[in-house]
Amino acid sequence: MIEVRIHGRGGQGNVVAAYLLATAAFTEGWHAQAFPAFGAERRGAPVVAFVRLNDKPIRRRCQVAEPDFLIIQDEALMHVTGITDGLKASGRILLNSSSDADTFDTDNEHLITMPATRLAQEHLGRPVPNTALLSAFVTLTGLLPRSALSHALEERFSGDILEKNNQLINAAAETIDANLWKDTANA
Amino acid sequence: MLKALEGSQAIAQTVALCRPQVVAAYPITPQTHIVENIARLVADGSMQCELVSVESEFSAASLVLGAACAGSRTYTASASQGILLMSEVLYNIAGLRVPMVMTCANRAISAPLSIWNDQQDSMAVRDAGWIQLYCADNQEAVDTTIQAYRIAESTELPVMVCVDGFTLTHTLEPIDIPDQAQVDEFLPAFKFKRALDPANPTSIGTLVSPDYYTEARYSHHQALLDSEQAIIAADADWQAICGRSSGGLVSVNGPDNARIGVITLGSIYGTLYEARETYSELPDTRLISLRAYRPFPAAALREICKDLTDLVILERAISLGSGGIVSAEVHSALSSLPESPRIYSYAVGLGGRDIPLDLYRRMHARIRDDKPGGFSILDVDTERLLPEDGGPDQTAITA
Repeated sequence: MIEVRIHGRGGQGNVVAAYLLATAAFTEGWHAQAFPAFGAERRGAPVVAFVRLNDKPIRRRCQVAEPDFLIIQDEALMHVTGITDGLKASGRILLNSSSDADTFDTDNEHLITMPATRLAQEHLGRPVPNTALLSAFVTLTGLLPRSALSHALEERFSGDILEKNNQLINAAAETIDANLWKDTANA
Repeated sequence: MLKALEGSQAIAQTVALCRPQVVAAYPITPQTHIVENIARLVADGSMQCELVSVESEFSAASLVLGAACAGSRTYTASASQGILLMSEVLYNIAGLRVPMVMTCANRAISAPLSIWNDQQDSMAVRDAGWIQLYCADNQEAVDTTIQAYRIAESTELPVMVCVDGFTLTHTLEPIDIPDQAQVDEFLPAFKFKRALDPANPTSIGTLVSPDYYTEARYSHHQALLDSEQAIIAADADWQAICGRSSGGLVSVNGPDNARIGVITLGSIYGTLYEARETYSELPDTRLISLRAYRPFPAAALREICKDLTDLVILERAISLGSGGIVSAEVHSALSSLPESPRIYSYAVGLGGRDIPLDLYRRMHARIRDDKPGGFSILDVDTERLLPEDGGPDQTAITA
C-alpha cells in the first residue's frame, strides 16, 4: 500500500488534490481512498488530506500515520512542528517552493522542491499549486501516467479551467526528473 | 459501474435515483456536501423535485413532515446540533407514522463544540421512534438509502440512515451507483394511504387522552419490532437486483471458532477488519456490525453471541453518568442466555479522535486485564486532563 499525506492551507485545494490523485489512480485500476482531516473551516488554516493506493480494497479509515510521501503546498509549513512526523525512513517530500531543497532544514535528504505557485500563476492566473504538484508527484514516482491525472481533472473541471490545468500539468512535469522516486513507489 | 466518488456525492446521487418529490434541508457540517450536491442536481435539471432552503433544521423537518403528510416522498439530512434542533419534529414524524428517509451525517454534540465524527447525535434521538440503520462504508450508505425508502414506505415508519461524518461523507472511494432502472424496479412510486386529501378531510396530530395514548405507543413500539422483517426483506430483495447485501440487521465476519466478539456501529468496522489481519497473532475475533440499532435486534444478537466467551462493545457515544448506551442494551439482550459472554464496554473515537489499527491490539490487552461488566473510555489520555480533573500538575512544568 502506498500512503500519501498532503499538507496545505485552506483555499489551496488540499482536499481536491487528494481526491484528484485518488481518482487518477482509480482510473488506472488501483483501489484508492482519499479523505481530509479538517482543522478550523477557514481559509489559511493548516489542512491535511490523505491518500491511500493499494492493489486490494482499502477498508481502514484511520489517518495516515506513516506516509511514504509528503506533498507540502506551502513552504512556511516546513517550519511547523511535526510536519514530517511519521514519514518513513525511505519516505520522500515534495515541497512547493521557489528555493532549492538544501535551504530547508530537514532530516530527510529526499526533499524535492518545485515552484508550483509560480507555475500556477503563469498558467492559471491563480496561485493554486495543487495540480502542478500532483503532476510532479506522478512524474517523480512513475505511479501513474499524466493522462490519468488529466482524466481526473476532466471529471472535476471543464472548459477553460480544464484546458489551462492540462497545460499546467504538462509544464510542471517538464521541470521534474521522471521516475526519480520510482524505487520508493515500488518498495 | 464503480466510480471514485466522495461519500456525500454518492449519497446525493442515490437520493436522486429514489425520486423524492420534496427535499428540505439546512446546511450543517459534515452534512453540507450532500445537500449541495442535491442542489446541483436540481439546478442542472437531472433531479426533479421541490428543493426548499429553510431557515433552520426545525423548519426542514417540519417541511418534510407536511409534504409527506400530503403524500410526497421526501428527504432531509442533518447532523449534530441540527438533529437536536429537529428532535421535537422527529418524534412527531415517527409518532404520526409518516414514512420518510433522512441521512444523519454523524457528528459530535456541543459543548465543547466539535465538528468531528462520533455518534452522539443519532443516539440522542434513538427513542424517537425512527428506524436507525448504521452504515459501515459508503457502498452501504448508497444501498441502505435505497432500501430505507422501501422499508419506510412498507412499514409507515421513518428511517434514519446514519453515516459517519467526514470518515464516510468526506471520503472518496470506489462506489457503485446503481442504474435508475434498478432503483425503479425496487422502489415503486410512493402511495401514502393516509395522505391528506381535501375531498376527504381528516385531522392528524390531535390530542389523545389517557384512554388511547398507551395504545398508540404500544402500536408504534410493535411496528418498530415488526420492522425487522421489512429490513431483512429489503436487503435481500435489493441484493437480488444489485448483487450486494448490506448485512440485514447485523453483519458478522470472522471464523466460526472465534470466542471473542466485537460489536460496533458504522465505519469503525473496516479499520477493525484490517487491524485483525495486521495483528493476526491475537486470538480469533468475530466482528459484529450492528446495522439496525432501532429496532434493536436482540434475538439475532443472542444467536450470534451465544458461543462467545468474551464480547466487547466499542461505541462512539456515551451516556454521561452511566456509560455505554448500546452496551446496556446488549447486556439486557444477552441476560437470557444460559451462559452470557463476559461483556466489556468501551467508548472510543469521541469527537473525531482517530481510531488507529493499534486500538484493536489495545482492546485485546484491556479485556485480559479489565473486569467484565464495566465501562471505560478506551482511548482517553489522562495526560490531557485538567489538573483539577486528575490531570498532571502543570505548576511543576511551568515553574
